[in-house]
Amino acid sequence: MTKRSMRIECGKYLAELGTQNKNIIALEGDLKDSTQSVQFGDAHPDRYFEVGVAEQNMVGIAAGLALAGKIPFVHSFACFISMRSCEQVRTTVAYPKLNVKFIVSHGGISTGTAGTTHHAIEDIAILRSIPNMTLLVPGDVTEMRQIVKASLQHYGPVYIRLCAGDVEDVYTNNEQFHIGKATKLRDGDDATIITTGIMMYEGVCASDILKQKYGINARVLQMASIKPIDLDTIKKAATETGKIVTVEEHNIIGGLGGAVCEIVAELGNASVKRMGINDRFSDVGTSSHLMKIEGLTVDEIINNVRSLVKN
Amino acid sequence: MANTKIDGKKLKELKKLSAEARHAMVEALIAAGCGHPGGAFSSIDVLIALYFEILKIDPKNPKWNERDYFILSKGHSSVALYTALALRGFFDKEILKTFRQDNSILSGHPDMHKVPGVEMSTGSLGHGLSVGVGLALAAKLDKKKHKIYVMMGDGETQEGSIWEAAMSAAHYKLDNLIGIVDRNKIQIDGFTEDIMTLEPYKEKWSAFGWEVKEINGHDMEEIVTTLKNVPFKPGKPSLIISNTIKGKGLSFMENKAEWHGKAVKDEYAESARAEACKLLKECGCYD
Repeated sequence: MTKRSMRIECGKYLAELGTQNKNIIALEGDLKDSTQSVQFGDAHPDRYFEVGVAEQNMVGIAAGLALAGKIPFVHSFACFISMRSCEQVRTTVAYPKLNVKFIVSHGGISTGTAGTTHHAIEDIAILRSIPNMTLLVPGDVTEMRQIVKASLQHYGPVYIRLCAGDVEDVYTNNEQFHIGKATKLRDGDDATIITTGIMMYEGVCASDILKQKYGINARVLQMASIKPIDLDTIKKAATETGKIVTVEEHNIIGGLGGAVCEIVAELGNASVKRMGINDRFSDVGTSSHLMKIEGLTVDEIINNVRSLVKN
Repeated sequence: MANTKIDGKKLKELKKLSAEARHAMVEALIAAGCGHPGGAFSSIDVLIALYFEILKIDPKNPKWNERDYFILSKGHSSVALYTALALRGFFDKEILKTFRQDNSILSGHPDMHKVPGVEMSTGSLGHGLSVGVGLALAAKLDKKKHKIYVMMGDGETQEGSIWEAAMSAAHYKLDNLIGIVDRNKIQIDGFTEDIMTLEPYKEKWSAFGWEVKEINGHDMEEIVTTLKNVPFKPGKPSLIISNTIKGKGLSFMENKAEWHGKAVKDEYAESARAEACKLLKECGCYD
């Protein structure tokens, strides 16, 4: 397996798509190297707008471009789009259902030592509660490419949350992402590990170790499509395995775990353990240090699955 | 310079339409029992000028590709926009009487997917100018000649996002974008200069790179000649400060902050009807 930068690959892919589709416009809020929108800007300077440090205006401009039939891709960090320009996202893009795509980088705590101001542990909860919004969190480069393509084929607002660091490839040639569908990465009926974003890799590793070392068959579902969410697959997992562990680089409140619990609580037939950031702002540290503090590791997933299975 | 003159007959017609609009707004507001009358009555003369003399639009084909765009960023003045659209023929005038009622298409703040002719859903202040910037950028990219008009409230321009948008419009040299501020000098909580000082107002817009003109927003001739003269300077966005009177046309409402969002009902309903009818008579509607 190899590690690749989701941001660099996304910038490259969007530039490619921009060659094929002249309606694509990219907007940037003074973070072109961080978001890697610079690659689109270099390839298509006439369709690239650097809006400066003004996220509210950037989202409003995107709405106007979409009204005129363009397909704007808005770039910034997850924290700034989901919070600084939240009302523009909700009222001026989602409410009129405009065809605006948000490519937000540095989701979760992956900016590490940049600190809490630049982390986004609330964005999934915020975006998930906005009607008309599609919310997608890819876990590796292949899934990201499939997601960006799917967002282009879907008319309406889409929020795509990328991570900051390099990520392991998990998708093989067999997986295909669809909006509203989970991707099954491992079979198993003893428990289900549901992941989103980059926790996909830890989920798969945990499942493999659980099988080899403990004889536990843990199904792994990558839920990159947080909204719309795959109700049927979650219900099936609850019914067939009865034990679910959710894993996300997000506050345990309101994110993937919250979404799964809303569904499972209505069914009342499965136990759920939510793994995520435990409703607190982060300490100083690299992303891997912070992930360890929050227990977002292969070992902790294994421990949680084993303890659910024992009970 | 383009021909900015307006003949006497047309002027009389526009004034008559303004009176008709005020009458229709009174009836819609009474039927609703709520709404935002003050800013609707201050902005209606400019709206009538736009919809009957300035905007290149086709009520039978609201999505016509080459049309001009108008965005009411001060979405709370929706009743004025709805009235202008209905009089212009975008939908049946009778619908105005369903304003803000259950299952009506006419919400307190306009919904572009419900009301024919409404280009953008608005209501939360400070959003509209950025949308106008996006539309103007798209027009430049596509080498289209249409114009984009955005009307803001003066209180609305206390929002920081307006100034983000203002900065960007000048940066991108959007001379196809025209901002109009309905400067009635009153916001919900009082006079703008008491709540949060806007002056020196013209200078602020100029400093942000806009070419600015001030007009009397109730003088139909001045409104039309100014709007026909845009862009005021090639390569720069145009800003019109439309000096108006909140509640203009209804004596009990004029220049009173309390009428920003107060219902026209009880004794006020009868006064409003009487005054609106008087306005109609004055411009010869009952001749």
